Amino acid sequence: MNKKVDGQNSKILFSEKVDIGSKGPVNLTVADPNHMFFEAKRKACFLTGSEVIKEAIRRANLDMSVAYPITPQSEAAALIGELYAEGYLKEYFRGESEFAVMGQCAGAAFGGARVFTTTAGPGTLRAMENFPMWAGSRLPIQVCVTCRGINSPLSIQPDTLELYYMLETGALVWHAETAQDLYDWILGGFMVAEQPDVHLPLALACDGFFVTHTKDNVMIQEDELCLPEYDPYRAPVPCMDMEVPPVRMMRDPFIMKSNYISYMTHASWQQEVRAAIERSRKHTKVVMGGSLIDTENLDRDILLVSSGTAVSQGREAIRLLEEEGINVGLVKIKSLRPFPFEELKEATANAKTIFVPEFNVAGWLAREIKACLPDNERVIAGPQVAGGMTMPSEVIVMEIKKKLGMKVEPMSGRG
Amino acid sequence: MEEQYQVMPGPEAFLPPSAASMGIVLPDPGQAHIEGRLVDEEEAYEYAARKLLAAKVPTLFPGPLVLWRWNDKAAKKAAAIRKLANALPARLIPMADYRPKYPKINPAVEINPNHPNLTIWYNKIDVCIFIGVHCHQANLALKIIRGGTDCYTMAMCAQAGHEDACLSFRDADPAKIEKLTAAVEKLKSEGVKSEAEDFDQFVTAREG
Repeated sequence: MNKKVDGQNSKILFSEKVDIGSKGPVNLTVADPNHMFFEAKRKACFLTGSEVIKEAIRRANLDMSVAYPITPQSEAAALIGELYAEGYLKEYFRGESEFAVMGQCAGAAFGGARVFTTTAGPGTLRAMENFPMWAGSRLPIQVCVTCRGINSPLSIQPDTLELYYMLETGALVWHAETAQDLYDWILGGFMVAEQPDVHLPLALACDGFFVTHTKDNVMIQEDELCLPEYDPYRAPVPCMDMEVPPVRMMRDPFIMKSNYISYMTHASWQQEVRAAIERSRKHTKVVMGGSLIDTENLDRDILLVSSGTAVSQGREAIRLLEEEGINVGLVKIKSLRPFPFEELKEATANAKTIFVPEFNVAGWLAREIKACLPDNERVIAGPQVAGGMTMPSEVIVMEIKKKLGMKVEPMSGRG
Repeated sequence: MEEQYQVMPGPEAFLPPSAASMGIVLPDPGQAHIEGRLVDEEEAYEYAARKLLAAKVPTLFPGPLVLWRWNDKAAKKAAAIRKLANALPARLIPMADYRPKYPKINPAVEINPNHPNLTIWYNKIDVCIFIGVHCHQANLALKIIRGGTDCYTMAMCAQAGHEDACLSFRDADPAKIEKLTAAVEKLKSEGVKSEAEDFDQFVTAREG
């Protein structure tokens, strides 16, 4: 269980070598991220999630992006190509497959570049071997995972099962509910992932279509600002050198030497990657508004605890329930790695029943929550939908009313 | 109430946990940590100086970031480290390289992050301080030392610090190293004597 980190140090730290106010890509000005995130004036823009990814990347002072097209991330990857054409990136191309893409991202990051890519569903799984390699090599690459179903049967529709696979890769994993989360966390994500005590990849997830292909009002900085550039000299490992770890350890692994200390070094290496996830807590809190969770009405007996767009469906369900005099509170989990163990324990201390709505068949979030709460029989894994099904708020309402012993009409019979 | 984990010398476990996983948080700028407790940086200078002076085999482990003259700052740090070693006095044993060495290192003259315990055991080092080692490699070595030896570990980190050391400074620059030297000299002027056993500082020639 984590120690709850206080938010007193509420500043984003960055390299002392950065020249704030200097010229960034095209017409952008390099900004102190604390000013850019918390003080700079913003304007409302009506954008799809894919367009939001483009606008965040425009301001990210990115060196390189490479991706392989897969629905629903293709549009975002293509829009980043437009940024390359406009001069905002130094390098951009389409890889041969997701596996190739993630290797190419690693190569660029080993060389000291700030790198961004996008993938989804089967692409995430095809690339999977690379994610622990990124983490073990301490590469702060950001991958936006626009969640969709996993084969087989084939589905291009929203489903968050792939995040279950991502949880133990050693990467940071955040789950955006809205396009605004996506915008703010892409930019904030680089600042957290590149901290020298963290220096890990970030899988920033959003729910495919629900976020990527719907339009929303998103507040974007009015001024032409961009992030400070990445400083690879703050990395916890040397820049790419084939003879020196971490690259060396890919061709000359510890296990080749078959002795206790070799194995222990490997184990300690893995522990260090997870330690870095723990260290990210205090940095993440700064860019996530002070906590890894958002809460509403924690004094209520029933709570909805979820992440991603399941939270949005929960909000509407709470409104519908209130019309009938049933009061329900809400916890939105923003970061899955690090997982907000202590924050959740505190937030759910008074709850008698905890529902965990999810867009996947495994119920991985409910398992995570059950693993960290006392009296976990309070946790009800559901409602769950999968394979591209929507989750009408009425389904959540129905589950809660059933638990309360109230009569409910089955939705499937509505005609 | 759960007892707060303390980062203490080992031998701690077959595979000790990382201190971060036990809830130890790194210091913020202006702070240091002593055994997992966040303190004002000023407090840590005297504490570290006392630990070094009380040791029988105090040892500085300079890493690649200060062993080569990458830039003027690295050279200034190296000079400051030499001054600290002379002031104590303390052995200087370099961690020149992160590559595993087979069949094994020469523990009399080097330390390696993949089996740092060999150097600690061979030289009977009871207090050490890491300076100029890349953070990932330092954390690996610090945790292995805590797991299998009784050495009190410290780190003078140029970045965010090391919770796997028993004591850690952060944002270390030449001035901070000199401040530690000043703390040593002040204690000595107050009558605190070095307990260090006699030793010959080895010198590496160009040919190795």
